Amino acid sequence: MKILVCISHVPDTTSKINFTDNNKSFDTNGIQYIINPNDEFGLTKAVWMKESHKAEVVVASVGEAPCESTLRKCLAIGADRAIRVNMNPLDGFSVAKQLVNICEKEKFDLIIAGRESIDYNGGMVPGIIAELINYNYVANCISLEIDKNKATAAREIDGGKEIISSDLPLVIGSQKGLVEEKDLIIPNMRGIMQARQKPLEVIEPIEVNPKTLSNKYEKPSPKGEVKMVGSEEIDKLIDLLHNEAKVI
Amino acid sequence: MSVIIYSESENGKFKKSAFELASYGRALADKLGLSLIAISINNNEVDPISNFGVDKLIQVNDKELEKFQVNNYSKIISEIAAKNDVKILLLSSSADSKYLAPILSVKLSSGCVSNVVELPESTNPLIVKRSCFTNKAFSYVNLSEKINLISLSNNSYGVVENPKKMEKENFSFSADKASLKIEKIEKVTGKVTIADADVVVSGGRGLKGPENWALVENLADVLGAATACSKPVSDMGWRPHSEHVGQTGKPVASNLYIAIGISGAIQHLAGINSSKVKVVINNDPEAPFFKAADYGIVGDAFEVIPKLTEKLKEFKS
Ligand SMILES: Cc1cc2nc3c(=O)[nH]c(=O)nc-3n(C[C@H](O)[C@H](O)[C@H](O)COP(=O)(O)OP(=O)(O)OC[C@H]3O[C@@H](n4cnc5c(N)ncnc54)[C@H](O)[C@@H]3O)c2cc1C
Ligand SMILES: Nc1ncnc2c1ncn2[C@@H]1O[C@H](COP(=O)(O)O)[C@@H](O)[C@H]1O
Repeated sequence: MKILVCISHVPDTTSKINFTDNNKSFDTNGIQYIINPNDEFGLTKAVWMKESHKAEVVVASVGEAPCESTLRKCLAIGADRAIRVNMNPLDGFSVAKQLVNICEKEKFDLIIAGRESIDYNGGMVPGIIAELINYNYVANCISLEIDKNKATAAREIDGGKEIISSDLPLVIGSQKGLVEEKDLIIPNMRGIMQARQKPLEVIEPIEVNPKTLSNKYEKPSPKGEVKMVGSEEIDKLIDLLHNEAKVI
Repeated sequence: MSVIIYSESENGKFKKSAFELASYGRALADKLGLSLIAISINNNEVDPISNFGVDKLIQVNDKELEKFQVNNYSKIISEIAAKNDVKILLLSSSADSKYLAPILSVKLSSGCVSNVVELPESTNPLIVKRSCFTNKAFSYVNLSEKINLISLSNNSYGVVENPKKMEKENFSFSADKASLKIEKIEKVTGKVTIADADVVVSGGRGLKGPENWALVENLADVLGAATACSKPVSDMGWRPHSEHVGQTGKPVASNLYIAIGISGAIQHLAGINSSKVKVVINNDPEAPFFKAADYGIVGDAFEVIPKLTEKLKEFKS
């Protein structure tokens, strides 16, 4: 079986977000990059399936040269090979098109992308891929079992979950639950050494026009001062929430 | 040409988010000089949505559609949208609508933008404001396709009454034999979900252990609130993952967010930033969360919360 995990190279979760160039570009100064957390849950699941399902695990990222460090980390975690599409990702649609181009060249039984990226937060890429290549899609996937050609997956819904069955090939949107936080693989020295030898192929993008363009950013307006209430003045808090904030 | 909303129901009735979406849709349709159409699937009480500015309701009732199944639902919505010359399709931020959005955008060859928080800054060209970097920033997105799909963040616009004489139409649909099957739905009943809640009460590691969660639950009950938690609380198995809020968990956009024994790490704050009013209860006056709060109490949760719960009970009765 062959699995593709789509990897988004994103600013570390502790990053302070700033913009430059008249609020037109993201300020990368001092930013550390990581594997998008939702993608890392998916990658871990895929690496487990190398043993249980004799799977080959390919990771792919649409991005410029700096995202190779993130792909190398995926290889150190256990992916077999990596593909980078040499392009600055502009929107979910054009990213999905590039990934579909890879999927059309090599047939994957399972395509994993994160529920959402923590930078763009589109929540779009896996669904667009699925619809473009006409595979079934399970969003917000919190468990997955594969037996031969049959998949049983759970999707998180508002207030619960839903069990879905589908034949392969399948696209899933991965998130925590698919594997647990404690299951995440921290690469060891051997993994890191091996990763240097594993193939990382760079391919040029196909021509696609993005359908949306972010042309300006803004930071939330600064908050007002907090109003402190004494721990003996509960009535005052209730009064403030009722009469001032009008939320109860 | 029209603005079309997919107005969701639950148990045969509209969800509150359907009224918010209609309100937003009405304002947008007026800006563009278009009519507003609502699509409703398996709903027995459709009239209430006419109060929020809908000109025409297109209903689909079919036993086969009892369970939400993404292939069927996306087919219905895209067929109705195409037939009614859609210019903008609006969806909510529910789990089901987020599932539908990318699929619909391909079926309609549309531009697609999620987490939209306001009416468009301009309609020609169409520019919308959305949150990104998990609520740490906003971006203005240019949509230049003929058809565009917008997902509205819950609770970002509110409901605005605007009664209309609403036309009704039925749409018939034959479900495909689906290769993607819903085997089972496990849903907690009688509990408000984080996505739909006006008030969310959330607990962190400061509560010491799962045995103390009655504190959070009792307070939530009095307020009709959903319960939530910080990431370590769900990682330790004190609470289910579905309650984990923050940058890597669920976003919260409630009117009121009450944080008990949560320190206020940047990843936690990112997820709850778009809640309107934040109350923080923590025994450490230096807890970073106070800087992001609207109201704060420095105190021991085990003393403050039972008192707050009692006083709120009195207040509510
Ligand atoms: C990649 C990554 C992603 C992350 N994503 C998220 C996320 O999505 N959501 C999230 O929440 N976290 C996330 N985190 C974790 C985050 O950094 C913090 O570790 C976490 O939010 C802390 O949880 P906490 O506030 O419950 O616990 P702590 O930081 O331990 O805080 C407990 C608080 O309780 C207070 N307290 C103790 N006793 C009492 C008492 N009796 N009464 C009142 N207050 C008391 C303490 O003063 C303290 O402020 C992420 C971390 C990483 C690295
Ligand atoms: N530039 C990219 N390269 C590869 N995969 C991506 C890229 N951007 C997004 N993805 C994948 O799509 C998922 C959802 O991203 P998004 O639609 O941006 O929220 C991510 O979690 C990744 O798995």
